[in-house]
Amino acid sequence: MGSNMAEQHPVGFQWVIEAKERGARVMHVDPRFTRTSAMADLHAPIRPGTDIAFLGGVINYILQGQREFGDYVRHYTNARVIIKPEFRDTEDLDGIFSGFVPEDRAYMVSSWGYAGTDGELTAGKKEQTGDVSGDASHGAHGMKLERGDPPEEDWTLQDPNCVFQILKRHYARYTPELVEQITGVKRERFLEIAETLCANSGRERTGAICYAVGWTHHTTGVQIIRAASIVQLLLGNIGRPGGGILALRGHANIQGSTDIPTLYDILPGYIPMPHPDSEDDFDRFVELNGPDTGAWGDLKSYAASMLKAWWGDAATPANGFAYHYLPRVDGDHSHYPMMLRMLDRKTTGFIVMGQNPVVGSANSKLQRRALANLDWLVVRDTVEIETAAFWYDSPDIESGEMRTEEIGTEVFFLPAAAHTEKDGSFTNTQRLLQWHFKAVEPREDCRSELWFAYHLGRRIRAKLASSIDPKDRPILDLTWDYPTRGPHEEPDAEAVLQEINGRHADGSFVSRYQELRDDGSTTCGSWIHAGVYADGVNQAARKKPHTEQNWIAPNWGWAWPGNRHILYNRASADPDGRPWSQRKRYVWWSEEEGRWHSLGDAPDFEPDKAPGYQPPEGAKGMEAIKGSSPFILHPDGLGWLYAAQGLVDGPLPTHYEPQESPVRNRLYGQQANPTRQEFHRPENPYNPSAGQPGAEVFPFVLGTYRLTEHHTAGGMSRTVAHLAELQPELFCEVSPQLAAERGLEHGGWATIVSSRAAIEARVMVTERVVPLRVDDRIVHQVGLPYHWGRKGLVTGDSANELLPLVLDKNVHISEYKVSTCDIRPGRRPRGPALARFVADYRRRAGLEPS
Amino acid sequence: MSEPLEINVWPGSYGAAAKPRMGFFTDTSICIGCKACEVACKEWNQIPASPQQGFTGHSYDNTVDLGADTWRHVAFIEQRKPVGLDSAGGSLVDAAALHQLIDETGLGTYQEGDGLRWLMASDVCKHCTNAACLEVCPTGALFRTEFDTVVVQEDVCNGCGYCVPACPFGVLDQREEDGRVWKCTLCYDRLKDDKEPACAQACPTNSIQFGELTDLRERADRRLNKLTEAGAEHAQLYLAGDEDGIGGAGAFFLLLDEPEVYGLPPDPVDTTDDLGSIWGAAGIAAAALAGGLLAAFARGRP
Repeated sequence: MGSNMAEQHPVGFQWVIEAKERGARVMHVDPRFTRTSAMADLHAPIRPGTDIAFLGGVINYILQGQREFGDYVRHYTNARVIIKPEFRDTEDLDGIFSGFVPEDRAYMVSSWGYAGTDGELTAGKKEQTGDVSGDASHGAHGMKLERGDPPEEDWTLQDPNCVFQILKRHYARYTPELVEQITGVKRERFLEIAETLCANSGRERTGAICYAVGWTHHTTGVQIIRAASIVQLLLGNIGRPGGGILALRGHANIQGSTDIPTLYDILPGYIPMPHPDSEDDFDRFVELNGPDTGAWGDLKSYAASMLKAWWGDAATPANGFAYHYLPRVDGDHSHYPMMLRMLDRKTTGFIVMGQNPVVGSANSKLQRRALANLDWLVVRDTVEIETAAFWYDSPDIESGEMRTEEIGTEVFFLPAAAHTEKDGSFTNTQRLLQWHFKAVEPREDCRSELWFAYHLGRRIRAKLASSIDPKDRPILDLTWDYPTRGPHEEPDAEAVLQEINGRHADGSFVSRYQELRDDGSTTCGSWIHAGVYADGVNQAARKKPHTEQNWIAPNWGWAWPGNRHILYNRASADPDGRPWSQRKRYVWWSEEEGRWHSLGDAPDFEPDKAPGYQPPEGAKGMEAIKGSSPFILHPDGLGWLYAAQGLVDGPLPTHYEPQESPVRNRLYGQQANPTRQEFHRPENPYNPSAGQPGAEVFPFVLGTYRLTEHHTAGGMSRTVAHLAELQPELFCEVSPQLAAERGLEHGGWATIVSSRAAIEARVMVTERVVPLRVDDRIVHQVGLPYHWGRKGLVTGDSANELLPLVLDKNVHISEYKVSTCDIRPGRRPRGPALARFVADYRRRAGLEPS
Repeated sequence: MSEPLEINVWPGSYGAAAKPRMGFFTDTSICIGCKACEVACKEWNQIPASPQQGFTGHSYDNTVDLGADTWRHVAFIEQRKPVGLDSAGGSLVDAAALHQLIDETGLGTYQEGDGLRWLMASDVCKHCTNAACLEVCPTGALFRTEFDTVVVQEDVCNGCGYCVPACPFGVLDQREEDGRVWKCTLCYDRLKDDKEPACAQACPTNSIQFGELTDLRERADRRLNKLTEAGAEHAQLYLAGDEDGIGGAGAFFLLLDEPEVYGLPPDPVDTTDDLGSIWGAAGIAAAALAGGLLAAFARGRP
C-alpha cells in the first residue's frame, strides 16, 4: 500500500518477484492498477487518502476474530499498559482526542500518557505545537519511567483502560461494510486481504508491508504508517525474518539524507536540534530530550561525541562540549514555511542543491513568487533546471503575470558533478550503506557537493579569520581539516566517513556506538553510524557477493546501527529466548554460552543479556531494558500499539478525509485532521470540500505520482534522450466512464483545473483507473505524473501547479497524493486568458468575489 | 533445394572456433515493464533516441516497435477492453456502457477480481536458425557468428533493404539518416569479451535471461510447467523448439497469451523457404520466354 514498488523501486522489486516465485502472495492496494498491480496476485483499487480506514478495518478484523499473535502482543507490545483515566478517544469526542486546544489547533498531550506517569511528554514540555519542533517532536524519544516499567499494567488485557481495550473500542466501527463505504474497496476483496494477512502471520509465518510516499504525502501520513505498525505488532510481524514495515526510501539517498539530515530540526542520528528552552546548558538539553531508559538513555554520550567531532579541542567537559555553538530552532523552518518567508521577504537568500522546487513542490506558482522575492539564489545542479530558469522561462512569464525585468533576484547557476563523478555512499531502505567510487572526473567547472560545502566553509573561515566577534567562534572553531586530492582539491570522502564513524582518544576507530562516552574521550559524527569504519576499514565498501555468504549478506555494505539487518530482531525469539518456530528462527539465546546467537545478523540487543534479566532499582539506559523487551529504542522496551507521545495528532490513527475531498467523513463530525497545517493566504486557496459551497466546481479526486521512466522533477531524465523518449509528454489517466462523462478523447488533450492553476495534458483513457462507489455515489479520479517542466528535451506543464500547501504537522510533508480538480477536454488557455480562466473557477467556487 | 554442406553452416563453418549457440529466453511473466533493457541496449550500442516523437497513446509504450533505433522493445497490452488511439470513439462508449451495466447488475468489474491484465513483454530479434535476412543479403553484411547469432556489419551494409521484407517478424529496418539496416547483435562485442548482453544484465527481475540455448530451453520448460500448474492456462513458449517455420530461434519467449496478442506472428516462416520452387518456376518461365524469343527471332528472320 502507498507504494508502486515495481515502477519506483524496480531493482528492489526483483526480491518481491523472487518471493512470489517461492510462494509468497503479493497484494496491492492502490488507487490505480499500476505495473505493481500487474505483478500482484491481487489488486484492490482504493480511494486516495482513505488508507487509515482500510488499515483500521484490518485492525478491527484481527481484534474481532482474536487473530492477534497473543504471546507476542502481551510480552512485546504495550497492549497491557493502563492509560490515564482522563484520556478520551475520538469515539467519545466525535473525531477529536482529549486535550485539543481549538485556537492553537494543537493538542495538550498530558491526558494521553501511561497511568501513573506525570503525563509530560518529556520534562518541561506540556504542549506540542506545529511551529515549534526540535525539542517538541523529534526530541520526544521517551517518557521518564522508573526502571523502564510502565507503572500500571494488566496482563489479562481486560482492563477497560488498557491499550488493548482502548484499541478495540477505537476501531470497533471500522467494519468491512464501513471500509467499503469509505474506501471504495469491495468488502469481499477487503476480507480476502485481511484474512490473507492473518493466515500468513503467527509463529510459522510472517508478512511484510511495503509503503512509500503514497503514504507519507498526506495530512495523515505519519498516522497511516502508525496504523500499519499496529497491524504488524498485533500479528507479530516486527523484528522477524520476512516481516516488517518496509519504508521504500527513494531517489537515491533519501534514507541517508535523513540519517545525516538535511532537515532543519534534527542533527545526525536523529538527535534533536536544540530549542531555545534548553538555553546554553548541555545537561538541560539532554534532560529535555532523552529518556532515562532504553538506547536513548545514552543521548549524552551520542551528543557529546558529535560535538567533539565537530569542534575538537574547543569542545570540553567544562563548556558543555561547546553545546552553545549549535544553532537553535526557533520555529518551523521546514520547506513550505521557508518558502512563505521568502514570499514575505523575511528570507532573502536561498541555496538549492539536489532539489527543483519549481517542479517538485506543491503550488508551483507560489514557489516561483517566493524565488522572485529573493535577493539572491544559488542553484547547483547537473543541468539548468526550472528553478534556475524561473526568472525568464515560466508559466507566469508566459501568461504575463510575472515579468523578467521586474524580478530582482540575482541567480547563480553552479554546475554540479553527477554521482558517477564523486565518491560517497547511498543508504537504502534497509539502512544499508553502499559505497560508490568515482568513475570519471567531473567535467569543466562541475564539482561535487562535498567540494562545494568544504571550500565554501574554508573561504568563509578565511574571511572571518581575524574576527574577534564571539558569534564567529562556532565557525572558526570547527574541525575543518579534510585532506584534499587532485587538481580541484576534492575533499577525501572517506575522511568524512571516518569522522562520522568516530575515534577514541588514542586515535583508534570506534567500532560500535556502545563505546561512546559522555566525558569527551570519544568523537563520533553520527552515533548510529559508529562502526562503519571499524578496524580502519570502510565497511560500507564491502562487496562480497550474495553467492558467497548466506541470505542475510552481512558482508555486503554495512547497515546502521552495528550492521543490524533486521531491527528489533530480539522479537524473533519468544520471551525465553527460544525461536518462535524453527522455520522462522533468526536470533535466539544460548543458555550454555550465555549469549545470543543468530543466523548471521547482529542481534539488536545486548549480546549477553539473558532473557530473564530484570533491571535493578534505579537502572538507566540499556540497563533498564528487560531481557524480554525487544524494542530497545523505547524507554519501556515495548512496541507501541498506542503512542502516548511523539505525535502531534493523536495516540491512535483515525480516519480523516483529506484537506480537499468530495466526500464527507463518514465516521466523525471532524472532517479532516484537526492538526493539519493550513496556510490561508491569497496565493494558496483551497478547493471547497464536500459540504462546503462550491465543492461541485472541483468534483474529481486528483492524484499525482511518478513513472519508472522519469526521475522526480525530471532534471536527470527529461534531459537524457534515452529516457526522455520513453515518456515524452505529460498525460493524465482517466477511466472510460469519466472520459465519456466529460467528453475526453484518448490521445487528445485535457485541461485540469484547481483553484491554484490550470494545466494541460494528453489523455490516457484506461481501465486501469476505475470509478469507485463510495457511500452510494461514484467518485472519479484523475491521475497525473508530476515529472514535467519547461526545460529539458521533453517539456510539459507541471502537475504540482495544481496542488495546495497543506501539511502533516508531525513532519511538515504536503498532501501531494490527493486533492480535487475539474477536467475538461482541450488545451488550456494561453497568455493572460489563463489567469482569467482560473480566476473564473475561483469565483464559481466562491473563493473570490465576483 | 539441396542440403547445405556441413562445412558451410554453423558450427562446422567455424571449425574449432565455434562456440555454443547463445540466446535469450525472455520470460514475460515476470517483466515489470521498466524498459531498462531498451535503455541499456541503446546506451551500449549507441543508438539514437527520438524524444520528439511524442505521446503515442499505446498504453505506456512510446517507442512503438522494434526498428533500426529500437533493438529491444517493451510492449504493453492492457487486456479486457483495449483502448487505442485508432478506435477511441467507439470503445469509449462501449466501455462506459459496459460499466453502467456492471453498476446496475452488480456484475463483476476487476474490483471483484477478474479480468484486467497488463501484459508487458520485451521483444527482440529472434536470431533465427533459418534466417531469411541473412540468406537474401547480397553483400554479406549479414552473417552468422560463432555463437550462431545473426549480425549486420554496419561497414558492409549498403542499404539495399532486401532483408527488410524478408524478416518474418518485421525486425529489420533501415535508419532514415543513412539508409543502412540496424538490429540487435545479441551484443556480439560483449559476447566476445565473455560478457552478457546489455539488456540481460540490466533486467532487474531476470525476465531477460541470457545463456546457452540448450540450457535456456530446459529452464523455459520448467518455468512453463510451473506456471501451468499454477493455473496460467494460456501460458506458452514461443519459438522454443526447432520445429517451427524458421527452424528454431536463438531468442525465444514465454508468453501469457497467444502470440497475436503481443503482435507476434503465430506461425512465422522463413520467407526464403520457397525460393527453390520459386526459382524453379522462374527457370521454366525463363526457358519459355527464351523459347518464345527464339521463335520470334526465328520468325523475324528474313
